[in-house]
Amino acid sequence: MADILRERERQVYRKGQQQAFQLDCEKQSVAGSVSQRACVFCGSRVVLYPIADALHIVHGPIGCASYTWDIRGALSSGPELHRLSFSTDLQEMNVIQGGEKKLYAALCELIDAHSPKAAFVYATCIVGVIGDDVEAVCKRVSLEKGIPVLAVHSEGFKGTKKDGYRAACDALLQIVGTGPVDDISPLSINILGDFNLAGETWTIRDYYARMGVQVVSCITGDGRIDDIRRAHGAALNVVQCSGSMTYLAKSMREKYGIPFIRVSYFGVEDMSKSLYDVAKHFKDKEMLARTQGMVREELQRIMPLIADYRRVLEGKRAAIYVGGAFKAFSLVSALRLLGMKTVMVGSQTGNRDDYEQLRELCDEGTIIADDSNPLELSSFLEEKDVDVFIGGVKERPIAYKLGIGFCDHNHERKEALAGFEGMVNFAREVHSSVMSPVWQLTPRKRGNSLEVVK
Amino acid sequence: MSSQPRVPKSAPRPNWVSTRNPCKACAPLGATLVMRGIAGAVPFLHGSQGCATYMRRYIISHFREPMDIATSGFSEATTIFGGESNLRQGLGNVTSQYHPTLIGIATTCLTETIGEDVQGMLREYRGTTAGAEGPTLVHVSTPSYSGTHIDGFHDAVRAVVEQLAGADTSPSAYVNGFLNLFPGMVSSEDLRFLKEVAAAFSVPITLFPDYSETLDGPSMEKYQKIPEGGTTIAALRSTPSAKASIEFGRTLRTKKTAASFLQERFEVPAKRIGMPIGVYESDVFFATMEKLSGNKTPDKYRMERGRLVDAYVDGHKYLFGKRAIVFGDEDMVVGLTSFLAEIGVVPVLCASGGKSGAMARSIAEVTTHVRGTVAVRDGVDFMTIAEETALKELKPDFVIGSSKGAKLARELGVPLIRVGFPIHDRIGGQRILHLGYRGAQQLFDLVVNTLLEVKQDSSSIGYSYL
Repeated sequence: MADILRERERQVYRKGQQQAFQLDCEKQSVAGSVSQRACVFCGSRVVLYPIADALHIVHGPIGCASYTWDIRGALSSGPELHRLSFSTDLQEMNVIQGGEKKLYAALCELIDAHSPKAAFVYATCIVGVIGDDVEAVCKRVSLEKGIPVLAVHSEGFKGTKKDGYRAACDALLQIVGTGPVDDISPLSINILGDFNLAGETWTIRDYYARMGVQVVSCITGDGRIDDIRRAHGAALNVVQCSGSMTYLAKSMREKYGIPFIRVSYFGVEDMSKSLYDVAKHFKDKEMLARTQGMVREELQRIMPLIADYRRVLEGKRAAIYVGGAFKAFSLVSALRLLGMKTVMVGSQTGNRDDYEQLRELCDEGTIIADDSNPLELSSFLEEKDVDVFIGGVKERPIAYKLGIGFCDHNHERKEALAGFEGMVNFAREVHSSVMSPVWQLTPRKRGNSLEVVK
Repeated sequence: MSSQPRVPKSAPRPNWVSTRNPCKACAPLGATLVMRGIAGAVPFLHGSQGCATYMRRYIISHFREPMDIATSGFSEATTIFGGESNLRQGLGNVTSQYHPTLIGIATTCLTETIGEDVQGMLREYRGTTAGAEGPTLVHVSTPSYSGTHIDGFHDAVRAVVEQLAGADTSPSAYVNGFLNLFPGMVSSEDLRFLKEVAAAFSVPITLFPDYSETLDGPSMEKYQKIPEGGTTIAALRSTPSAKASIEFGRTLRTKKTAASFLQERFEVPAKRIGMPIGVYESDVFFATMEKLSGNKTPDKYRMERGRLVDAYVDGHKYLFGKRAIVFGDEDMVVGLTSFLAEIGVVPVLCASGGKSGAMARSIAEVTTHVRGTVAVRDGVDFMTIAEETALKELKPDFVIGSSKGAKLARELGVPLIRVGFPIHDRIGGQRILHLGYRGAQQLFDLVVNTLLEVKQDSSSIGYSYL
């Protein structure tokens, strides 16, 4: 059983235990707990990162830029400015005298060199302390260079990753509504909260094209500033990754009257339901028929493949630890489709509703954890004798050290896991990890004996 | 060797204000690696939650090992009112969760900027019951706006030695005639190699830091809260009793280091030599070991040297006149440049994001036998390296350094030979052996075979024999 810090006792729950369900969440991480969370800056940086024709400059000492250079597998069909790392690289003298001049000069030279469609300036911890007026510098450069230059208030200590999402959305809201909307169909959407990891946005766009839905903008997968400018012309916002994008969707509903729905593109059920929900929203019979035809066609293609994997994976145990809880719902269902049981599930930033929904979804005995850490996670993996752990790079060594399979479902992944094809990829990846012969050699399976196996 | 640099003064370059594709990380990262090299220790960052997480991810992606870094997790209120209570709570929680023997605290840009008195806070904490009964605490100041991860690394080595040295004078902590060895930021495999060499010379050493096992350990049945291995606190306490200290890094001449501290304070002779990469620099290392141990270099290493030189002869034609760009941490670059120069490769540009002020001179020292001048650029980023490569028509045949040069290599259409830190796009970065004749042998084979692969792949015939 895990050693759980006293301050965190109410952030871990076992389904079926006596106590009433009341999971503490949306709290600042406990000092010394070794949380898997990042910071406000991280939240902003990951959300805006995929906008490929914008300049992204990190205002602060070099670390924050180094650690986020080319960090996401967010693909672009055109420009790749987002894959470069720019920083003001503040030095001691800048900290003493202020960094505004350096920021101004850096912005000017980089805009001249790269001709971006917009620039995002990420304020890091010390910028909030030394009192740089980032907003004023941005305004000045914007006037001089004729492009939007937006301050992203992402000082690391000013909250959690979720506050960073909000800061990113605030910056986006300044771009939305500044472009022409005259040629936009009434059957149109914005894709919110897909980041085109391994080309996933392209898969999703293709489904919408086949349904006859016009995609006005993708925020932010394979994102372009000119598209985002026109986003207020769409008839519907379709929101995945609700943790990061619900705020933007709500703001756009308030400001432009655009309704939104929540979807998920992971797993067969959620993927199909998402497309149907969009079709139903438009109350267009032909579109619904086209969607049904497409889903049928896709399912006919992939279900035999899934069934093959299921035969092998049936009964295997999985653990999930992801950033946003919404993704966890889809993963539990997707694993179920593969015959697998989720014995532990947690997230960095879930809220009470999310965890309630997870509790309903999960089997008895499943551990649910908010803002967990390596010691807890490793003890859960050991206790539940897990076969595959699904998480991000920071969770990977916990699984591997214990001789447990791992599947990367975070933003560094190189396999497209969204869409129908993504479900096949997911099954293949889980299968290839669970079934590898290497586990047979690990101490977990056979101890450290050097005995010759006959 | 000539003490006068023959390297020309920096030619004027476009005066970029911004850093574009950095060739460095920030200081606290180096400090956390050092703390991970102490037995039973947990690294701890005094600052925002994100710093710990980002550095963990960066280090994990290289070593592919668990790397827990705790943090005081600053909030807005903490930033306004000060971080003492967060620090206390954090130390308490790390103690109760991990049961460490030591917590190694490094500051960040945030806590340095708001002027946190960590030393004072730790003094107070040690006075409390929790603090008095708790683990040993050491701390290092690593403002991220000053220097690079390498500065953080060396500063942490010095801070730990300063704070622990001489605290234990009991005879049990004292081994006659032992050496301190401060290798700098090398791979886990390099550290294992150094321990093997010391054992072969029959000389006890205190190797610090030692993450040879903590960051390259075996598969486990049970999760180890703190992996086994690392330099013991007892060994760190007795560093002043050493016969001498060896430190690797020619560019360290501008820094106050652990070795220079022990020399000034305790009169432990400090021997600073280059990172032993290639024959010339390894000869210096083995000669130093001979002198300080009083023993001859074991035959095993003489054989390794012999085989290495024999391989140099076998491969020399494939290499002569080939052009290389070398980049990375300054002392790694100096060592690699020495190695490349001795095998006939022309180092057309030696670059680093670090700026010790001593790189040009150090490179000059190891390239006295090279005809012409070697261009050295410190404090640069990858876009500057790319621009200079184009501007000066450097036409390299390969580039050599960390995986952060992958984009540069791709644009130049030449291979990247991955060495040093970080290596994020290949497996096994922690197991690359750079040091000694054996390390040079592996590097040499890699360089030659990489060039042969290019030759074979780009040939219309293909060749079965090369």
